[in-house]
Amino acid sequence: MKIRNFDHFAATRMRPEVKEAMESFFIDEYGNPQSIHTLGDEPREALGKARNQSAELLNAALNEVIFTGSGSESNNLAIKGTAFARMDKGKHMIVSKIEHFSVLNAIKSLSRLGFEFSEIAVDKYGSVDPGDVKNALRKDTILVSITHASNEIGTIQDIKEISKIVHENSAAYMHVDANTSCGFIETDVKDMGADMLSASPHRFYGPKGTGLFYLKKGIRIMPLIDGGIQEFGRRTGTENIPAIAGIGVACELAKKELKDRTAHLLPIQKAIKDGVLGSLDEVYLNGHPEHRLPNNLNFVVKYIEGESMLMWLNNNGIMTASGSACTSKILKSSHVLNAIGVDPALAQGSLLISLGEDNTLEDAEYFVKELPPIVKKLRQMSPLYNANS
Amino acid sequence: MPVYSEKVMEHFQNPRNVGEIEGADGVGELGNPTCGDIMKIYIKVKDDKIDDVKFKTFGCGAAIATSSMVTELVKGKTLEDAEMVSNAAVAEALDGLPPVKMHCSNLAADALHLAIEDYRARKAGKGPIGKVETPEHDEDGHDLSEHA
Repeated sequence: MKIRNFDHFAATRMRPEVKEAMESFFIDEYGNPQSIHTLGDEPREALGKARNQSAELLNAALNEVIFTGSGSESNNLAIKGTAFARMDKGKHMIVSKIEHFSVLNAIKSLSRLGFEFSEIAVDKYGSVDPGDVKNALRKDTILVSITHASNEIGTIQDIKEISKIVHENSAAYMHVDANTSCGFIETDVKDMGADMLSASPHRFYGPKGTGLFYLKKGIRIMPLIDGGIQEFGRRTGTENIPAIAGIGVACELAKKELKDRTAHLLPIQKAIKDGVLGSLDEVYLNGHPEHRLPNNLNFVVKYIEGESMLMWLNNNGIMTASGSACTSKILKSSHVLNAIGVDPALAQGSLLISLGEDNTLEDAEYFVKELPPIVKKLRQMSPLYNANS
Repeated sequence: MPVYSEKVMEHFQNPRNVGEIEGADGVGELGNPTCGDIMKIYIKVKDDKIDDVKFKTFGCGAAIATSSMVTELVKGKTLEDAEMVSNAAVAEALDGLPPVKMHCSNLAADALHLAIEDYRARKAGKGPIGKVETPEHDEDGHDLSEHA
């Protein structure tokens, strides 16, 4: 059966151009870019080229781009790096309730060390009110970290406005978690007013095990990995040159194709949204109706549980995700759905779709055709359906 | 998705005895929608034997497969024998469940026992026993309400 990926937030297929750029650095050009001798020449050149390609995507200067090992690492570097560097200035940070676990668990760790946090509530669409950020700012606030676009419900935040408020009213740094948005919508650090930004190249057809971190000139953080001089001393250890070469090409492609990607994704997103909402009763769309990523949809299907829905969809070649307790591995339903006011019982029927370049309108049609009989079958089996109908 | 045995997948895809029994002699319902599993088992009793049994389940693949399996295991059995069928026996009959599913989604035998209890309560004139809400739990099966 044909495998159709509707779960690109989990994995995207690396672009052949990316793989090609990586290949020569495994065996042929295996040198260390820090070497003075000839073996270091090609890798050093690749490192510079990738930094340039990445800086262009983010509209950053070359010495403001740091390569890391994952989006989670970048988020940790922003939060813990700021905490450790600025604890003399204050120990208060602000995040939203719908951040990724790499943000929420980083602050949980820091709270054991005496740091304090304000978690900003979101409205029913998952939007952060910049006014709430303003109200949460304190004299000792050292960092505000907000996700650019939710990795579950796709809602895009007004980062520009939030940054403005943070900078006008405090000395706090502004970190933007762009791990889900980068590569699909504009992530211009200057336009956003970001002091730091995290991005995840594997989400936009780059290699896994990579992360991108923007650190504005003059922003002071403490490295999480101390060592030599690599990555301006902010993330030391011998550079992963094949991966970095891959990041560079993924960034170059993203910059070049950004508009085309949106143009390709929007009709597919719309076809799925209209098809699902039009063919099924008691199915609701989560996230903002307009201010959302072009590649994400999140539904709640009433009366059924996510994992069994995923398993049936999988049987039909459709790969999706869910925010249900059973699919979470920690057996708790999604904190994001909880934060936007979805009842925990309803959150069990969540269906998370993330699209990519391999999806077609035919995929959308197939999805819309396959989902209703599955929902019908599971509802007929559900004691909640009869109880309520 | 957890790795399920072939037997679990087979029962998940072709669940036995789905539905309700109108005028059931006993009904057992337990679970917690916050955890994602609710099972409802209906029994018809004749000569102290389970003459018919059906289920309705809201839950994951394991919850559906265990519900299906327990109905198959007890159909035609005496109430006494049916009461001996444990959650562990149901899991074993399915060639095992992933560890994470053993606590949360392996409640089908409990639901059946509840149906038998309900039957006995009704017979004794004590009326139906109603829904039982199971506590929330973490991934190790620890009761979360204990720490709340």
